[in-house]
Amino acid sequence: MILNQFLLLAAVLFSLGVYGVLTRRNGVLVLMSVELILNAVNINLVAFGAFQDNVQGDVFAVFVIAVAAAEVGVGLAMVLLMYRNRKSIDFSEVDMMRG
Amino acid sequence: MVLSFLAQVEPFERPAIDWHAVAPELILLGFGALLTLLDVVFLERGRKYTSTLAGIGLLATLIPIITLAIDGQDRFLFNDAYVVDNFALIMKALFLLSGYVVVLLSTNYIAEGDYWENEYYSLLLASILGMVVMSSARDLITIFVALELLSIPAYLMATWRKRDLKSNEAGLKYYLMGVFASAIFLYGMSLLYGVTGSTILADIGEVVNEGESTSVASLGIVFVIAGFAFKVSAVPFHTWAPDTYEGAPTPVTAFLAVASKTAGFVALVQLVFVAFWGRADVYQPLLWVLAAASMTIGNLIALRQTNMVRMMAYSGVASAGYIMAPLAIAGVSGEIGDEALRAVVTYLVIYAAMNLGVFGVVMAIARKTKSAEISSYAGLFHYAPGLTTAMTIFLMALAGIPPLGGWWAKFVVFRALINADTFGGYSLAIVAAVNSVIALYYYLSVLRTMWADDAPDGDLAPLRIPPSLIGAMGLTAFATLAFGVWPRIVDTVSDVSLLGLGG
Repeated sequence: MILNQFLLLAAVLFSLGVYGVLTRRNGVLVLMSVELILNAVNINLVAFGAFQDNVQGDVFAVFVIAVAAAEVGVGLAMVLLMYRNRKSIDFSEVDMMRG
Repeated sequence: MVLSFLAQVEPFERPAIDWHAVAPELILLGFGALLTLLDVVFLERGRKYTSTLAGIGLLATLIPIITLAIDGQDRFLFNDAYVVDNFALIMKALFLLSGYVVVLLSTNYIAEGDYWENEYYSLLLASILGMVVMSSARDLITIFVALELLSIPAYLMATWRKRDLKSNEAGLKYYLMGVFASAIFLYGMSLLYGVTGSTILADIGEVVNEGESTSVASLGIVFVIAGFAFKVSAVPFHTWAPDTYEGAPTPVTAFLAVASKTAGFVALVQLVFVAFWGRADVYQPLLWVLAAASMTIGNLIALRQTNMVRMMAYSGVASAGYIMAPLAIAGVSGEIGDEALRAVVTYLVIYAAMNLGVFGVVMAIARKTKSAEISSYAGLFHYAPGLTTAMTIFLMALAGIPPLGGWWAKFVVFRALINADTFGGYSLAIVAAVNSVIALYYYLSVLRTMWADDAPDGDLAPLRIPPSLIGAMGLTAFATLAFGVWPRIVDTVSDVSLLGLGG
């Protein structure tokens, strides 16, 4: 089995995700970038699971998928709350507190 | 085809479960479910019982922990993924007791604010359940699930005042940083799993300690430690802490500053001592830099804060540095490793008492002044001498003045650093010593405002403090004093070791 391609794909996705989280201002796009990182993790886990020939990686990936769903649920609720209170989901405007 | 496939699969056999060992988690889960049901069945009529029930739930969970401690036997469940040993028990007890103090702090605050009481306590119990699970988690998957179980309710609690823009901002920043951090350490965990082929920390430790581990394992360790540095708000990953602490409701701030930070350290300690211990070349320099930067930058920024809660946030960043410092020399030898672990546990126990106390006093004062600005504390001594004394006890303890608890916490950290007898240990001890002096300055300037300045516009009306808040402050003040006068108490409970498992 050729492990490298999977790891390379995961590394690219991870980098794209980190770049997205750091540069995007739109709330939904930031959440999508986080999802990219989590899916990079899933690809890694499943590829390593097949490579190591044990099931723990697959189990881990299922847990990551399930928990990520809960996490994004909370995140979208917060984006919605922000939209209700400010009529905008631009994260760069969220800077009432400084120091 | 499906049937023939199923015929090949062996019937599922449930692994043996030690019910005594998981009793604390089950009781806490039961009370959490009960609280949720209470809300559904009785609606508004159940409201006045919720905080009492949450408190009872937390104290009831302590009972099996005490019986387990008396039993004194290490219990290994689910192929060593879940371990109940002395370290797990002391941390569980710490989480439950700090949770109980947070319930005491929340009782009147949440009831008077008309803030969806029942949901608040259900989420609080869920978060504490995550921490209790975290104390026993010796497996990457369990650590991940426990961390999310404790974080997701905490995101919601930080956003609790949903029409308040500051609370929105607090929750949003905490959420974004938390999710980003968990994504980062998950990536690290996936690499560690890939190198070792196991998610059990002890197995990872065996492979990593054999010395044939590759640069991929080092990369995994760096990612995982960076991810947890977010959780414990270490510099340079601390930027969320001050804003979240300021914007969140104050009892939630107390919860985040103490319980959530402790949970991050519990996970970090378990990873370092059970899984990474043999790779001191990777984690020691990293933790040295994080610890030194957290202490210095946290204290320097705390100097120019005008808001008490923000100042406590930066003081918390500095404390994260002190707690992390012993880990930076943990790999020198087995003996030093054990001493470093004991120093971390001692600091966490004493820190919980001091910090919860400070937030208790902040909340009591805010009932009158509606503000956490340090300038609004002027003249407090003239109308609330008791509160002023309590705040003096807590802040002097944080600064490390004997005979209050904090000096012992700092002393064990210094002792571990000096005993390591390496350049890293001595240099970090010097950084910590300089920082203790800086910290003393800003704690003293708050106290000067309270004791010496005159009250703004001469308002000397006395403060009315509800009994639960007095209880919370009394408990924490007693603990702070007792730990300082009889350090032997903390010494006995913090006599733990994790190295026997993996190293």
